Amino acid sequence: MATLEIKDLHAEVDTEEESKEILTGVNLTVRSGETHAFMGPNGSGKSTLAYAIAGHPKYRVTAGSVLLDGEEVLEMSVDERARAGLFLAMQYPVEVPGVSMSNFLRSAATATRGEAPQIRHWVKEVKQAMNNLDIDESFSERSVNEGFSGGEKKRHEILQLDLLKPTFAVLDETDSGLDVDALRVVSDGINRYTESGDKGVLLITHYTRILKHVRPDYVHVFVGGQVVESGGPELADELEESGYVRFTEKKEAAVQS
Amino acid sequence: MTESTLEKSGPHGLDEHSHGGTAVPQSSRGHRFTSYDVEAFEVPGGREEDWRFTPVKRLHGLHDGSAAATGSLHVEVGGDSAVRVETVGRDDQRLGTAGAPADRVAAQAWCSFTEATVVTVPKDTQTAEPITVTVHGPGKGETAYGHLQLRAEPLSESVVVLDYRGSGVIGENVELIAEDSARLSVITIHDFSDDATQVSSEHVHLGKDAVFRHFAVTLGGDLVRVNTKVTFGDRGGDADMLGVYFSDSGQHLEHRLLMDHAQPNCRSNVTYKGALQGDSARSVWIGDVLIQAAAEGTDTFELNRNLVLTEGARADSVPNLEIETGEIVGAGHASAIGRFDDEQLFYLQARGIPYDQARRLVVRGFFGEILQKIPATDVRERLEAAIDEELAAVGA
Ligand SMILES: Nc1ncnc2c1ncn2[C@@H]1O[C@H](COP(=O)(O)OP(=O)(O)OP(=O)(O)O)[C@@H](O)[C@H]1O
Ligand SMILES: [Mg+2]
Repeated sequence: MATLEIKDLHAEVDTEEESKEILTGVNLTVRSGETHAFMGPNGSGKSTLAYAIAGHPKYRVTAGSVLLDGEEVLEMSVDERARAGLFLAMQYPVEVPGVSMSNFLRSAATATRGEAPQIRHWVKEVKQAMNNLDIDESFSERSVNEGFSGGEKKRHEILQLDLLKPTFAVLDETDSGLDVDALRVVSDGINRYTESGDKGVLLITHYTRILKHVRPDYVHVFVGGQVVESGGPELADELEESGYVRFTEKKEAAVQS
Repeated sequence: MTESTLEKSGPHGLDEHSHGGTAVPQSSRGHRFTSYDVEAFEVPGGREEDWRFTPVKRLHGLHDGSAAATGSLHVEVGGDSAVRVETVGRDDQRLGTAGAPADRVAAQAWCSFTEATVVTVPKDTQTAEPITVTVHGPGKGETAYGHLQLRAEPLSESVVVLDYRGSGVIGENVELIAEDSARLSVITIHDFSDDATQVSSEHVHLGKDAVFRHFAVTLGGDLVRVNTKVTFGDRGGDADMLGVYFSDSGQHLEHRLLMDHAQPNCRSNVTYKGALQGDSARSVWIGDVLIQAAAEGTDTFELNRNLVLTEGARADSVPNLEIETGEIVGAGHASAIGRFDDEQLFYLQARGIPYDQARRLVVRGFFGEILQKIPATDVRERLEAAIDEELAAVGA
């Protein structure tokens, strides 16, 4: 049983003129076996939270902590965090020209598993995983994400999730930009990942349609850089119906008082 | 930097030694003055268009006549036995046929060498393995002038590895000739020790339907300046000029290319990529393409990309295209100087790949498209290892 605890997390980013605080005190605990949906308006800081957990150098944590089974994640380098069991599926996966997908996947698997996977098993494993996600085999020889369509990039994020099997995964709008078929394929991928019951997921999304495929245990509303309300799946339906107005007003009222 | 402005192109003053005949417009960099006579060129002071990027103080007198030869280049040729290797004197009529010196150091080298090496791939011969030409510098503190000619006779097919090693101050001319319908690939590796100085002029000449592939790899040396001019003797010539360089602290690596299209229906492609790392690492890339009025149906593209790995390093990149006919297939250029991409590093690290390895992957990826094309596996592996070593040297 693993736990990811985010406590009073504050983070800022340097803009041209000033540092701007984006996370204003995030509190959240995810346990293995749980899926948490994370919803909030554009610019509320969802991606920033995801990046702060992964250790992106652009976002500076000014207070708080992120504990993985009691260990301070914030003190680890980006790659140490990944090897400790954290994974971030990015909203905009990065293109890495000249590095083939197959080389990349193998390097990542070697790093997270602590040893190079046996070549024969590995080839099979990758083939199977690609099949599951309806990814053509020709992608393995292409450069990482280079020239991939938006949907293809998202599938490849889930391919990595499937192969690296981290303890906790933050999925940042993995459902955005997917057509209905791709959405099902990707959702199935996420469900395969959580099947074993010992994985924790933080699913950032704007839409309830993915929540029909990937059932969340908890839904959180994120506004102004913090969690303003938490509930069960029914909260997502409410958001779909009436939007964030109730929460943004609540937030403003809180700031004023 | 982006495109250059057209400026006065160095020392002029046509005299009886000049080649090319007609007077040259001052604004052209493509139509370049050439001469076998040192005195036809003024001593460069460092401000001339041809020299403004070069720290002339570090030329050890190659440019002003003060560098007398104190040693010689040691040339070893190995590989296919079908190849003819000759050491010839200054009077050999074949020398100089690929092109005349276009700057003072080249003219100085032309006037100063005592013997030249001529390597010939005979007509119709296909060499089974790469021909290796290893050139050892004269040694630390010594100066040498050299002359080398590689000649691929009609319909031959060969790969040549021209490997520079050792130390010293070197001025030389290299003639690379692919005669009619020959296929010649040359991999030039400038891998001197850190104190070496090399100023080299490469004269490439292609016959009818000749296919020339050049891989220029520049890694070692305090100052390396390579001038490469490609000329076409007839229709159908096809030249790919690929280059990689890695400049670290204190190094000045300069590549100047001129694709001189004077014949119809020829093709040229130039792609050079460089990485720079460390304080005062410098690189210069000048890519001139001239499409003369007669060169209808020309297809040409040139590209230079630089990856600046650390603060304090500086890359200059100046593409220049002069077109004198509208009847061409295509002509274009692109040039970019980018910082090391933190987003790429982050992405790889976020998948557990340690920083050093992530950096290696990104830099290898950057050079990969060129290294992949090198037609000799052992050379390719050696270069990959050399680049890894360069990266590790800073111990990032
Ligand atoms: N590098 C940066 N420089 C300046 N501002 C930034 C930077 N990164 C994020 N921000 C700002 O921080 C705020 C939060 O951005 P973030 O991407 O975390 O929002 P989000 O909740 O993920 O939004 P979306 O739903 O649109 O993906 C935004 O106002 C954004 O403009
Ligand atoms: Mg976002």
